[in-house]
Amino acid sequence: MKLGRVAGTVVSTVCAPVFEARSLLLCDLEDELEQPRGSYVIAVDAVGVGVGERVLILDEGNSARQVVAIPDAPIRAVIVGKIDAVESTDRD
Amino acid sequence: MQLGRVIGTVVATAKVDGLEGVKLLLVQPLTKHLEPKGEVIVAADGVAMAGEGELVYYVSSREASLALPQTFVPVDDAIVGLVDEIALHGEDRR
Repeated sequence: MKLGRVAGTVVSTVCAPVFEARSLLLCDLEDELEQPRGSYVIAVDAVGVGVGERVLILDEGNSARQVVAIPDAPIRAVIVGKIDAVESTDRD
Repeated sequence: MQLGRVIGTVVATAKVDGLEGVKLLLVQPLTKHLEPKGEVIVAADGVAMAGEGELVYYVSSREASLALPQTFVPVDDAIVGLVDEIALHGEDRR
């Protein structure tokens, strides 16, 4: 899973059925020190998070399909957690 | 998923089984500010409605084939939706 922060929302009417009733959030990927990694991912919100929140992003298809409970959905990225804190001993 | 802009179409008559009837589009990957980033890719059109100039989002790897009518076909990327609007921290983009 990856660390990220919700940067905004994506509105889409014409889409694959799995996205129809789900909210799509554009998330900036961050490192453990909350520094932007310069890339982003569009993920389905499975938790209920808001813009600006620090989140845990799953980016793997099999698990993503389990989360939405649709075995053949073309989905890979899902927000699976709202992060309260990250502790790292690697650097200070 | 990533954002992209459809910049053209690819026509291929001889294709592997399962890809017949699948529309192939040239897509320029974009940053969240809709600036071009990286190399142009060929993506299958999973919504069958994407046209040139359209702002789309696409899924990569194994999940790409799940967007198509036949779900075990060799594709890297597939368009899974058209973008109406992106709202980023107060700034609206289309």
